Amino acid sequence: MKSAVIVFPGSNCDRDMAMALAGALGHAPRMVWHKDVSLPDGLDLIAIPGGFSFGDYLRCGAIAGRSPIMRAVADFANRGGLVLGICNGFQVLCETGLLPGTLMRNSGLKFICKTVRLTVETADSPFTSAYDAGQPIDIPVAHHDGNYVASDALVQRLRDADRIAFSYQDNPNGSSGNIAGVLSQNRRVLGMMPHPERRADPDLGGTDGRALFQSLAKALISA
Amino acid sequence: MQTEPEITAALVEAHGLKPDEYQRILDLIGREPSFTELGIFSAMWNEHCSYKSSKKWLRTLPTTGTRVICGPGENAGIVDIGDGQCVVFKMESHNHPSYIEPYQGAGTGMGGILRDVFTMGARPIAAMNSLSFGRPEHPKTRRLINGVVEGIGGYGNCFGVPTIGGELRFDPAYDGNCLVNAFAAGLADTDKIFYSAASGVGRPVVYLGAKTGRDGVGGATMASAEFDDTIEDKRPTVQVGDPFTEKRLMEATLELMATGAVISIQDMGAAGLTCSAVEMGDKGNLGIRLDLDKVPVRERDMSAYEMMLSESQERMLMVLDPEKEDIAKAVFDKWDLDFAIVGHTIAEDRFVVMHANTLKADLPLKALSGEAPEYDRPWVPAPAPAPLGALPPLDPIAALLTLIGSPNHCSRAWVYEQYDTMVMADTVLPPGADAGVVRVHGTKKALAFTADVTPRYCRANPFRGGAQAVAEAYRNLCATGAIPLATTDNLNFGNPEKPEIMGEFVGCIKGISAAVTALDMPIVSGNVSLYNETDGQGILPTPTIGAVGLLTSLDDMITMRPEAGQHMILLGESRGHLGQSAYLAEVLGRREGDAPEVDLEAERAAGELVRALWAQDLITAAHDLSDGGLALAATEMALAGQTGINLAPGDAGWFFGEDQGRYLLATETVDSLLTAARKAAVAARVVGRFGGTEIRLGEATVPLARIKKAFESGLDALTSA
Repeated sequence: MKSAVIVFPGSNCDRDMAMALAGALGHAPRMVWHKDVSLPDGLDLIAIPGGFSFGDYLRCGAIAGRSPIMRAVADFANRGGLVLGICNGFQVLCETGLLPGTLMRNSGLKFICKTVRLTVETADSPFTSAYDAGQPIDIPVAHHDGNYVASDALVQRLRDADRIAFSYQDNPNGSSGNIAGVLSQNRRVLGMMPHPERRADPDLGGTDGRALFQSLAKALISA
Repeated sequence: MQTEPEITAALVEAHGLKPDEYQRILDLIGREPSFTELGIFSAMWNEHCSYKSSKKWLRTLPTTGTRVICGPGENAGIVDIGDGQCVVFKMESHNHPSYIEPYQGAGTGMGGILRDVFTMGARPIAAMNSLSFGRPEHPKTRRLINGVVEGIGGYGNCFGVPTIGGELRFDPAYDGNCLVNAFAAGLADTDKIFYSAASGVGRPVVYLGAKTGRDGVGGATMASAEFDDTIEDKRPTVQVGDPFTEKRLMEATLELMATGAVISIQDMGAAGLTCSAVEMGDKGNLGIRLDLDKVPVRERDMSAYEMMLSESQERMLMVLDPEKEDIAKAVFDKWDLDFAIVGHTIAEDRFVVMHANTLKADLPLKALSGEAPEYDRPWVPAPAPAPLGALPPLDPIAALLTLIGSPNHCSRAWVYEQYDTMVMADTVLPPGADAGVVRVHGTKKALAFTADVTPRYCRANPFRGGAQAVAEAYRNLCATGAIPLATTDNLNFGNPEKPEIMGEFVGCIKGISAAVTALDMPIVSGNVSLYNETDGQGILPTPTIGAVGLLTSLDDMITMRPEAGQHMILLGESRGHLGQSAYLAEVLGRREGDAPEVDLEAERAAGELVRALWAQDLITAAHDLSDGGLALAATEMALAGQTGINLAPGDAGWFFGEDQGRYLLATETVDSLLTAARKAAVAARVVGRFGGTEIRLGEATVPLARIKKAFESGLDALTSA
């Protein structure tokens, strides 16, 4: 069970992600630079961290989505690898087409950093199996562009396929269908705007995010 | 090749140089300066860079202590926090630029202070900001606060440093000059600190980071001038920030430092290339020769003058170990940043600037900083404040609702929710508490940060006001359980050429000195911002104190969240001092009386007792008393703990007096606490109890829900879309 964190020049939650993964998996993930063209061998999980990969210039995640390493990440995902994208990582995954939908400017037009209440919509995924479906959890958001935009038809399709992983109880950013996190069709790619890695340590005011990393640990052991 | 303009008296004046200062230049170099040289002198000798009006008084500040590794004079101050680690911090103003262009002005203020910290080899771990705006109803205030807060967020969030505290105030005195004071702190190993002094002759001087443009040319000179109605013309002097480049510059700089290639380093802040090159040469007793043809530029046909005075952001200058040039270049290539050798160190005391094979400047380097003018400005003591007149009868609930719903005392959530307060995953006490606290990464230690000043006290009584700013910072740190370590000061005043303004400055400095001595919190870095005047109207004296405290274990951390059923203990002497209080200002609209007395010995005893009580498990929560006194502090604790309160009856002085050196504590063990306080000779008494769903002030009550609504909507008029 090997994991890696992709590091873009403007990533700023890469260390936070690595700490949370190390805490749950018992080993430090490999840090992979965005200019690399190939991934380390034998990876089970790739995490794309939060931050401002290329300063959010052009569009959030747009330049990162086309950087050399992302081709390898897409191949990895298409072969059934586990990929987790948080915040900017979610934006990057949408830009690469690994997840549907788009993240746009928050409806209130301001950056929002606060802890929000989410509902775990499904426990049927390698990312959420340690939660109960319907469980409320408190996880911080910190973004300017977290407004998940999807057509009504897409929201319905995601709902029908049980691909909505998390939803907001009090929608902070205008996201379609209150969606906070979505799964890929094979349920092995998750993108979410909230930051579970900031709630995986009791010193930081709560541990509601820890079960996500525990779910991954479980998935990787049983894999 | 452009021809440089002729030096005329008007040109000299346009550079902010007084006739006698120009004469000093003529005497120094024995000839008329070139246009580029005039620009260099104006950059080095303006108030912003030379501290010519303040230096005499800054020298009197206590700056040393057992934990101080580096005091003022470098990019930031450094304080030992044990285990081979240190905290590197400073606060700096970006007032003038923020008033002209709030988003970019505030953002680049953040950029500048972050650079000061990582230039010394420290990774920034926390930021704060102290903001002062004009009246909420002033037509400019809304645009300024929105722009400034977004600018700080836009920069800091992208850079990736948590903003964990700060201040926000409104007063008509800031209608024409807002204040934006940015604080940053970083963490470094004590044996891996980098300084600016160049060493070794013939070593390469390397330019790093973003390219040079025309932005900010003359910015430092602008920042040393008063405003008038030509202010819109000054917009091009404000720099444009690029936090993404700053983030890369930090990573590349820290990575480069780890390779051992860096001999000395200086960021390019005010007066850019000029100031940084002179600084490195001056500190290292060396000359510098620059070849401007090598400087990476992003605009065509830039003159030597423009390049020397550009304040383009996200740039660094360093002296490199020539043998490690390839390693250094590889690091900067990795981060896609410009890297160019633009000159070298020389043995002679000269600052030589070449451009297009032409000598553009050849000046004695040490004289540029060492011979800068220094003034002993005349000053007069501040006049005694108007005595406190008779007060109308008190309606405690109405007063409380007014205070807690006022823009000056309501919730700051609208501000700090626009900042990433948690990035780096070490924030253990986010904004909204007495101080912000971040864990020292990978340890159980933590650092607490606060920024404080009460300008209305400083106007009424500069000495007390200066001392009170330090005392309140001390109190905020103690209330979170931290041991206060040291301070940084950001001294914002009006025009120092007016004796009464200079009197405020001198009084505040004396008060600060007394307090940092008594409370053992030396000043290790700082910044002075003068000429904060518009059309002759000066700001309130605003010496912002940024303070840092250490928690040797997270177990020492105290919050302000009480639980229902717990008793409320007031620590410290209450005399009911209402002069210059928030009650007087916000509820009665009056500015009268003296500032409260600051008993530094009592302050220290109370602070030490709070930490001791926590260590002995005798308290469950603590909060400092400041603006709004007992009633406001109790209500803030009620809001934090989501519980009602029942507070003993009294008069306006009881509920809203602002006597210093006081804390409100929550406890379940009243008797043991009172005994401990008696032993420490600190006044303590039970003043009420937490619980229920009402705020009860004596006989009068109001539902907590109504207070909460007022607290949370106080900024609505300014912020709603």
